[in-house]
Amino acid sequence: MKLKGAIAFATATVAFTGFAAFAETKPMDVSFEDGMVAVSLTGQAGDPVEGRKVFMNRKLGNCLACHQNADMMEQPFHGEVGPALDGVGDRWEEADLRGIVSNAKNMFPDSIMPAFYIDSGYERPLEKFDGKSILSAQQVEDVVAYLLTLKE
Amino acid sequence: MKRALLTTACILAATAASAGEDSTLSIEGEDYITQTAAPEHMEYVDTIYSGWTFRTDETQALQMDDFDNPAFVFLDQAIDQWDTVEGSEGKSCSSCHEDVADFAGLKTSLPRVENGELVTLTNLVNECVTERMGSKEWKYSGAKMSGMTALIAHQSRGMTMNVKIDGDAAPFWEQGKELYYQRVGQLDMACSNCHEDNYGNMIRADHLSQGQINGFPLYRLKNAKINTTHGRFKGCMSNIRAVPFKEGGPEFKALELYIASRGQGLSVETPAVRN
Ligand code: HEC
Ligand code: HEC
Ligand code: HEC
Repeated sequence: MKLKGAIAFATATVAFTGFAAFAETKPMDVSFEDGMVAVSLTGQAGDPVEGRKVFMNRKLGNCLACHQNADMMEQPFHGEVGPALDGVGDRWEEADLRGIVSNAKNMFPDSIMPAFYIDSGYERPLEKFDGKSILSAQQVEDVVAYLLTLKE
Repeated sequence: MKRALLTTACILAATAASAGEDSTLSIEGEDYITQTAAPEHMEYVDTIYSGWTFRTDETQALQMDDFDNPAFVFLDQAIDQWDTVEGSEGKSCSSCHEDVADFAGLKTSLPRVENGELVTLTNLVNECVTERMGSKEWKYSGAKMSGMTALIAHQSRGMTMNVKIDGDAAPFWEQGKELYYQRVGQLDMACSNCHEDNYGNMIRADHLSQGQINGFPLYRLKNAKINTTHGRFKGCMSNIRAVPFKEGGPEFKALELYIASRGQGLSVETPAVRN
């Protein structure tokens, strides 16, 4: 109920001030429905080129740690913990992917995959990560835009 | 030249993932148990494997020959330490203990409960250092302690792990089990997510093992020194961006007991070699 209100408020803000001033959705305020997140977190289109960098960067997405990705064969080590992400842009809609990247546990309960856009509820986080999300809202949008380019 | 070749081979072996779950660890003509049926208390795993099983051929080979195993340099230093007098009582280990070989079998049953407290090998050594030698406590995972505990654990090499988990050990074991399955850190993972659900899988460049401790203290190529169990636990916790528990503290001691019990039936391999 509280979450819905927050989105309604964000939408109202957009309607009122125009798209240029879309307020970035804070991690607490992201609205999930069946694991999906329908509304962009930033109101700005994601950049797939940036998203590709976030995907392979060990300090950011480090998605390659767990997922194989045929689009990145120039990178030496691809993990096997999760499914290969080839063709993931065919299998899932944008809203699904935004949901999975933001907090995969809403789509796959008990997943090992970290939630990339939450900033609380951690147990014993190292101080420098406390209260912070792994990715920024725009980085999530960039990764989602990149995933949508992975077609078979 | 030799070095370049070795590096290429390492990468190839790592990409090919398994270095062979059927290979046998044999040192100085003696065979080791590196895989066996999981102890009854383990609900989700049928077979337990030593971490040696998951290493590349090159790393495995280093452990199969004591002349090649870099850990023995540190064991030699510990042998010197054994005869070194320190503390107000003017004693060395050898003043009271005839032969370090007398500690054969000790590592298989540690940690254990004494007077209601869980004690590790490190605690036992420090008890002698402080109370019997009148010296300053050795740092829990410091060079002196990791070398000495490796030397003592080495006396049990080839014997099977067999810690007590019932009776007065039960509450500590339960605490360790809880910690093993507790998600921590910004990455929100438990030891089980990697070492129970995903052993055998590559996580980026690392081939995940079951996180067993039968080879500890062990030599790591990564930092070229002897590494302790608590040091390793600490590293894994930091990697998932969690504040590690204190080395030598009650949480890591309980975790050590629980993980030792997940390795019941594996041979002690100290000093093992890992990347
Ligand atoms: C620690 C391992 C891990 C990391 C890191 C990780 N994932 Fe995952 N991911 C998984 C697992 C495991 C699954 C399968 C779902 C489950 O948990 O059962 C999954 C599922 C997915 C899926 C659904 C795939 C499909 O075909 O159904 C997508 C998309 C995805 N991950 C994207 C990402 C992206 C993008 C990143 C980096 C920002 C990432 N993952 C990081 C482990 C991981
Ligand atoms: C003053 C004599 C003395 C000195 C010096 C001494 N110890 Fe001990 N140590 C003992 C006694 C006594 C015990 C208890 C034996 C027992 O309970 O059976 C013991 C127990 C131990 C144990 C536990 C053995 C077991 O089976 O539970 C270890 C390990 C140990 N000592 C290592 C060392 C090391 C390493 C040093 C040198 C750094 C050292 N000791 C120095 C007297 C000494
Ligand atoms: C993100 C995955 C991950 C998590 C979670 C994790 N580890 Fe590890 N751990 C590794 C990797 C990678 C290695 C090195 C390769 C191997 O042996 O699995 C390792 C190695 C180890 C080893 C050394 C095994 C050997 O034979 O050399 C131990 C012990 C260990 N981990 C214990 C733990 C404990 C205890 C926890 C929970 C506090 C934990 N790990 C959590 C990834 C993880």
